[in-house]
Amino acid sequence: MPNDKLSIKVMRDAFTLGTDTPSAALERTLAVITEKDTDVHAYLEVYEDAKEQALVADRLYKEGGVTAPLLGIPVALKNNILVKGKKATAGSKILENYIASYDATVTKRLVDAGAIIVGATNLDEFAMGSSTENSAFGPTKNPLDLSRVPGGSSGGSAAAVAMGSVPVALGTDTGGSIRLPASFCGLVGLKTTYGRVSRNGLIAMGSSLDQAGPFGNSVADVETVFDVIKGEDSFDATTYKEGTYAEVPLKPTYRIGIPRDFLKGIESDVMKVFEDAEARLVSLGHEIVDVQLPMMEKGLAAYYIVMPAEVSSNLARYDGVRFGLHVDGRDLLDDYERTRAQGFGPEVKRRILLGTYLLSSGYYDAYYGKAEQVRVVMREELASAYEVVDCILTPTAPMPAWKIGEKSDPLSMYLADIFTVPANLTGVPAISLPFGAVSREGKELPIGIQLMAPHDGERRLFDLGKQLLSE
Amino acid sequence: MTKEEIQHLARLSRIHLSEKEIESFAQEADAILGYVDQIKELSFGERKPVVPPHQNPLRDDVVTHTPGAYTDAILDAFPKRVGRYALVKKILSNDNA
Repeated sequence: MPNDKLSIKVMRDAFTLGTDTPSAALERTLAVITEKDTDVHAYLEVYEDAKEQALVADRLYKEGGVTAPLLGIPVALKNNILVKGKKATAGSKILENYIASYDATVTKRLVDAGAIIVGATNLDEFAMGSSTENSAFGPTKNPLDLSRVPGGSSGGSAAAVAMGSVPVALGTDTGGSIRLPASFCGLVGLKTTYGRVSRNGLIAMGSSLDQAGPFGNSVADVETVFDVIKGEDSFDATTYKEGTYAEVPLKPTYRIGIPRDFLKGIESDVMKVFEDAEARLVSLGHEIVDVQLPMMEKGLAAYYIVMPAEVSSNLARYDGVRFGLHVDGRDLLDDYERTRAQGFGPEVKRRILLGTYLLSSGYYDAYYGKAEQVRVVMREELASAYEVVDCILTPTAPMPAWKIGEKSDPLSMYLADIFTVPANLTGVPAISLPFGAVSREGKELPIGIQLMAPHDGERRLFDLGKQLLSE
Repeated sequence: MTKEEIQHLARLSRIHLSEKEIESFAQEADAILGYVDQIKELSFGERKPVVPPHQNPLRDDVVTHTPGAYTDAILDAFPKRVGRYALVKKILSNDNA
């Protein structure tokens, strides 16, 4: 069986038929990691005890009557998602030796569904970045072109799937950190409705924005994982009950809105691919209409206020006293300052300082207060748009994967998030679908198309996604 | 942003910065603030609430796990530990008096 483009369904069918076993599949996963990961560096750690879990899964398939949807399926987790007894580094020196004392809710749900957690994947430090170059443990490279970034911040999880080691992996998405790497690595990536998936056991970055979600080679696999991890959780008060939002029904054909005024600064061949996707949707019987979402343009500016503000408060907990790195100084204050100076990398420091500034007295109303108002207006604009259209279509990013080291100033990297942040600011679900490619220096690089639905409208994204990808 | 302002923010953030870091952060902060400043020009009048409606979900005030179930794991995570306590430096001194 070829290892690239692994599929949950194909693997599970083979396990059920007895033509393959979870242990044999895990051996292939480990072989791919041995062969490719020295170059790619998708993984921070590979778990030895996965073999024991695979043996248990072998036995359960032999006994028959398996119902667990992910039994024996190897899955990789971004290393800001806690796995009890394993290191949870968040890609940072400050948590280099931190051992998780409990399982994240998403981890627990995957394990309960039979998944075999094979390892922890690399990420931008505390999920801050769009390229996975900000990891304290070295960058991850794009398996499709090793001179390029895999996108970020969940670049390790995307690369783990794209290099064929696992069929699915979990990432987290605060401003595009699942969708951007999905786009750069030719995968399907889902940012769920805010509150659809528990944040319990995720290392917090921007708490009003963060959501965990899956990467996969197909919409069907992403849907399978979504069904396992979704749902209310008493450990995360922001998770919502079924029926909280109005039903988002499936339809025979959809009316899809494109905010054309918002689609600026897109590389011309990427725009051509986007137009091909439009044409494909029309040929499938869907209707494309223009929508006006003027506040979307301010989304990125609002995001780079709200997010650092939340970062500066969330990362105040790293004090060198209760967990993580400790560096000794003259007194307690000096302990804090030296621990955080050595423990955090430049991008994390930058965002903490920026957030501290934006929240200071005298600036709060002008920045944070205004940014929260932008979020309210964006939600209203989206709500009005969804009275007319069923979904909203944009490219996932204005460009394909860039070269490692190419974007050295922070602002130029931030601009890659322009189309992804609106979903986080408003809480709606969004999916990146691999559609077409562009050529750079003789290599074909994948392009992602983003669909956004109303709150709790993941099923509609899956429905349209499967149609667009002919699944 | 001036070097003094960056230094002040670093103090508030409890991060010691090198001279080189202070210089580069001052430059980068100007670029980033220059971009996010477009927010300041927006005017929403009085109709928009600053904070969207939130509610506090509360649970019953009862013990939800076996007492002590996580204690050892949490104690083990302390970088400096004496028995069942985290060791920190004294917070009161006469040095600055």
